[in-house]
Amino acid sequence: MEWLIASVIAVMTGCGVYLTLRARTFPVVLGLTMLAYAVNVFLFTMGRLQIGFPAVIDPAAAGYTDPLPQALVLTAIVIAFGMTAFLIVLALKARSELGNDHVDGLHRSDDELKATKHNSAKSDSERSTS
Amino acid sequence: MSPFTILPVLLPLIGGILLLMARPAGIQTQRILSLILISLLVGVSLVSFKLASTDVMQVVLLGNWQAPFGIVIVLDRLSAMMLLLTSLLALAALWYAIRTDTDKQGQHFHVLFQLQLFGLNGAFMTGDVFNLFVFFEVLLLASYGLLLHGGGRLRTRAGLHYVVINLVGSTLFLFAVGTLYGILGTLNIADMAIAVQNVSAEDQGIVATAAVLLLVVFGIKAAMFPLYLWLPGAYAYTSAPVAALFAIMTKVGLYSIIRVHGTVFGEAAGDLAFVHIQWVLLLGLITLALAALGVLAARALRRQVAYLILASVATLMIAIGINSEAALTATFYYLIHSTLLGAAMFLIADVILRGRGIYADSFTKAIPVDRPVLVGSVFMLLGIALTGMPPLSGFFGKVMILNSALAHPWFAAILSVVLIGGLIMIIAVCRSGSLLFYSVQKDKSQQTSPLNKSAFIAVVMLMLVSPLMVIFAKPLNNMSAQIAAQLYDQQAYINAVLDTLSHGETGK
Repeated sequence: MEWLIASVIAVMTGCGVYLTLRARTFPVVLGLTMLAYAVNVFLFTMGRLQIGFPAVIDPAAAGYTDPLPQALVLTAIVIAFGMTAFLIVLALKARSELGNDHVDGLHRSDDELKATKHNSAKSDSERSTS
Repeated sequence: MSPFTILPVLLPLIGGILLLMARPAGIQTQRILSLILISLLVGVSLVSFKLASTDVMQVVLLGNWQAPFGIVIVLDRLSAMMLLLTSLLALAALWYAIRTDTDKQGQHFHVLFQLQLFGLNGAFMTGDVFNLFVFFEVLLLASYGLLLHGGGRLRTRAGLHYVVINLVGSTLFLFAVGTLYGILGTLNIADMAIAVQNVSAEDQGIVATAAVLLLVVFGIKAAMFPLYLWLPGAYAYTSAPVAALFAIMTKVGLYSIIRVHGTVFGEAAGDLAFVHIQWVLLLGLITLALAALGVLAARALRRQVAYLILASVATLMIAIGINSEAALTATFYYLIHSTLLGAAMFLIADVILRGRGIYADSFTKAIPVDRPVLVGSVFMLLGIALTGMPPLSGFFGKVMILNSALAHPWFAAILSVVLIGGLIMIIAVCRSGSLLFYSVQKDKSQQTSPLNKSAFIAVVMLMLVSPLMVIFAKPLNNMSAQIAAQLYDQQAYINAVLDTLSHGETGK
């Protein structure tokens, strides 16, 4: 089980880092969400992996899991949730104010855009005729 | 323990809620209420300062849970100084915001302002690393709102970068906290300091990794190389009062390094003692060199001031990195100076920007500002103070830092970077001053807007701190020395926090 959990955290973190480094705002939001998920699982495992043990005192229990990481994860989930909601709204605001969804709000002039569109259209038609 | 101790945290929270409910009453009521609340906070901070100036640390157990199990709020000399500094800065920033109608540009300025203070004060007083994370999130969420207050293309773009980098920082914070909890089994700073002494040899690497990861997190807040790239944009494009208030935000990162790393990875930590300190020094030196170049390369005043703030933070990092009691004493003196004067510089950049109409704050030939002699002299004095020229406080701070650096093996590097960086900054600020105030041309089509005198009071008040800090250098230095001595006595902190059992029981 340790291997499974460790690889889950690793893959999610890897995906999160990759997506966070993308140039569009939406993948960045997704990447940060993935990172938040990964860190939540990570925090959870820091109380060590145990199956079938209660976190709250129970006279019949043979052992306990650590309740603190569970409390931490709950807090972290709430905070990450709020932050993600804020970030999505901000990304939408940036999209409407900057005119595109690039993280740097790159402003290509309209002429330039037309030119590239025109060129790509031309090369497409050339390819199809040849 | 006195129940009063927690008031600096509670007051802004209650204030924020009150202001939210006062919204239907109109902006004037909100303004008056907000000013009253901040003035109250200054008073409360003063009382806290007095409470902390005895050597007894004030510890509050939340929910009366005993120390390593519950969350503690600790008020010591350092926390009290940061509280007082924050409330004074907030008063000046709020006054400027009200007098320039910045708070009218969007919704909820006053509410966010109070919640920002709630987060800041909480971060300065908590004795628990996870609680520090929570207060970081509170102050960050409020700062996102304040940063974007007023809107605009550049502001939104800078805000997006700021939010994303801080969210990454929060994630790293949780990774570091999780790792530390997994090994040490506690998140109470005082308890961690004890647990770190008993870490087995094979776990030391993991704890050291977590310590450096935590340094990265605080480095993002403090704008440490290579994590400072968000700062110039965010500070340059936000509204002036917010930028002024944010002068304390970078110091939160520095405070956390001093508090968490200084206590947990202090002298008593055995093999793990001071794992972070060389990094702080090295990165501080690199940051200062790059900040000085940034000051020189800036093409607009607000960007230049942002780099000046970065340079002052870097100087503080170097002072922390020197790692001696004398250096820490100098750190606190310089910290007070750089926070208040940096804020004043942002405000005067805004005064100049407003005076120059469409030319704004760019370094080009433009119409003269209204009352150029008054504004120019204040700008010159602020420039002198921030670049560390005699006779103002920046010079004394730097002398103290460099003096303490002489005992450090890297003193040649420290001295050369600080002095050459200072020289570059002086040249750059001189150039921008002469461009802004001498290189003027009359333009019939452009009207000079008159100086907003009542808002300008805030700038002058903050500027006056510098000569006052020179006149009262001796008592201030004594105070800083006492703070540094208290921080170096980690055992006292540990005892104060963990020996609260008897207090808790008598409290029931």
